[in-house]
Amino acid sequence: MKYASLVRLVIIVGLIGLIEVMCRTGVITRFTMQPPTLILRDLADILVSGRYNAAIAKTLTNSAIAFVSAVVVGVAAGVVIHGVKLLREALEPLFATYYAIPVLAFYPLLIILFGIGDAPQIMIGFMLGVVAVIVNTLNGIDRVPRVLMKTARIARLSRAATARRITLPYAIPFVLTGVKLALAYSLIGVIGSEFIMSTGGMGFEISFAYNNFDNATMYPLIVLVLFTAIGLNMIVRRWERLVLGRRGMQ
Amino acid sequence: MHGPGRQGETHVRLEGVTKVFRGLGRGRPDVHALGPIDLDLAKGEFFAVVGPSGCGKSTLLEVLAGLATVTEGTATFEGRPIKGEVPDGVGVVFQEDACFPWLTVAENIGFGLRETSLPAGEVEARVRRAVATMGLDGFAGAYPSQLSGGMRQRVCIARTLVLQPRLILLDEPFGALDQQTRLLMGEELLKLWRETGATVFLITHALDEAAMLADRIGVMSARPGRLLEIIETGWPADRDSRIIEESAFGAITAKLWRHLRAESLKVLGKGTDAA
Repeated sequence: MKYASLVRLVIIVGLIGLIEVMCRTGVITRFTMQPPTLILRDLADILVSGRYNAAIAKTLTNSAIAFVSAVVVGVAAGVVIHGVKLLREALEPLFATYYAIPVLAFYPLLIILFGIGDAPQIMIGFMLGVVAVIVNTLNGIDRVPRVLMKTARIARLSRAATARRITLPYAIPFVLTGVKLALAYSLIGVIGSEFIMSTGGMGFEISFAYNNFDNATMYPLIVLVLFTAIGLNMIVRRWERLVLGRRGMQ
Repeated sequence: MHGPGRQGETHVRLEGVTKVFRGLGRGRPDVHALGPIDLDLAKGEFFAVVGPSGCGKSTLLEVLAGLATVTEGTATFEGRPIKGEVPDGVGVVFQEDACFPWLTVAENIGFGLRETSLPAGEVEARVRRAVATMGLDGFAGAYPSQLSGGMRQRVCIARTLVLQPRLILLDEPFGALDQQTRLLMGEELLKLWRETGATVFLITHALDEAAMLADRIGVMSARPGRLLEIIETGWPADRDSRIIEESAFGAITAKLWRHLRAESLKVLGKGTDAA
């Protein structure tokens, strides 16, 4: 284990230990928060009992749909926008200010458009993620060296083949940055919207537990969301390391 | 014998080739980069071009590669005009590292072959032969980031050669390499040239490289680049880097430098008499 990783682990374990002590000694009351060891025990109970499996499945499925759509649409849109100069000039200022817009505020409109099903939540997750993928895809394609584009012409590749065989593979490290952001944004979008416009999912269950002072459910579900986000991010980071390692970029 | 080809058959013909880059934006003047240039390359000839920086050498190569169109004149390859599209049978090696960093050495070499209709077995056999020919045995599965600059350039040369081009265009292919590696890579190139019988058109800054490798050397003027003189080296086809020990080698490089010094001084704005 690297020294930095060790220090990180010590900081995390130290903070959790501190919260544990503060909860056990009454500095933090039980009404406010349970000790982390009890949270983990309750989380294990929740997972073993399976009583929140439907909510977990709903959130993960909707987040996955939002994430995959954001990546597929984002990469395709990035390639198209890069190829049409006028479109890029028109859209780039909008991308720059996009994240200043609180997408969640559009939830009434999305309910009117898509009803009270899963679609508005997926839509919010998608809307939050897609622009990050587009912007990073554009950034990656911008960096493809001219000599590789000349090589594509020498090999007489079509535009589609150039994108598939040269432009996108070169841009992958940059696209992966967008993918990581899209992953986080999809989860944030879906779980966030479950808080305000859903009757199911992990966001709804956390909100429901909070309104009923049910700390034994609320904190374990929050920790589960945390573990899910960290786990998924670690998978993408592993992939990123593999890609960068092959290119001698780390 | 002067080169494996030199059979007299014209392989490439440039007639009045001129390139003017139109000024971008209001008030920007046009840039007359090249020409007019008239030149015939014999089939199987090794032709090198030297000239001061910015004289249009690379533009000339891009015209031949079909990567740039001419403003005036015509360029033909095997009797067919080159009109801004890469002609069949032309391979190009650039100075910059053109390896695909996400592909292994074998995948890089086979890149262009996979766009052809060749059966997979033939593609694999050609790649294997190229790996061996270019001294890359044991590195077929390596990524470019694991190779030296010289090895990466060998991968790029191999990627061009596996397509068995009849005209090989080289744009300062050894420019980023150290002197020893350049001499040895030059030897490799001569060997491959003899084996393939292709016509080679080499752009280089290095006078010794041009003098060692080429049958004929074209000396270009400062911009707009024109051919000032064509020097015949008279070397045998089976030459290698030891040719630099010949007294004629010194005479050729001296002659090249006389021309280039004057043209380079013009580029620097110092006139021909400056010290």
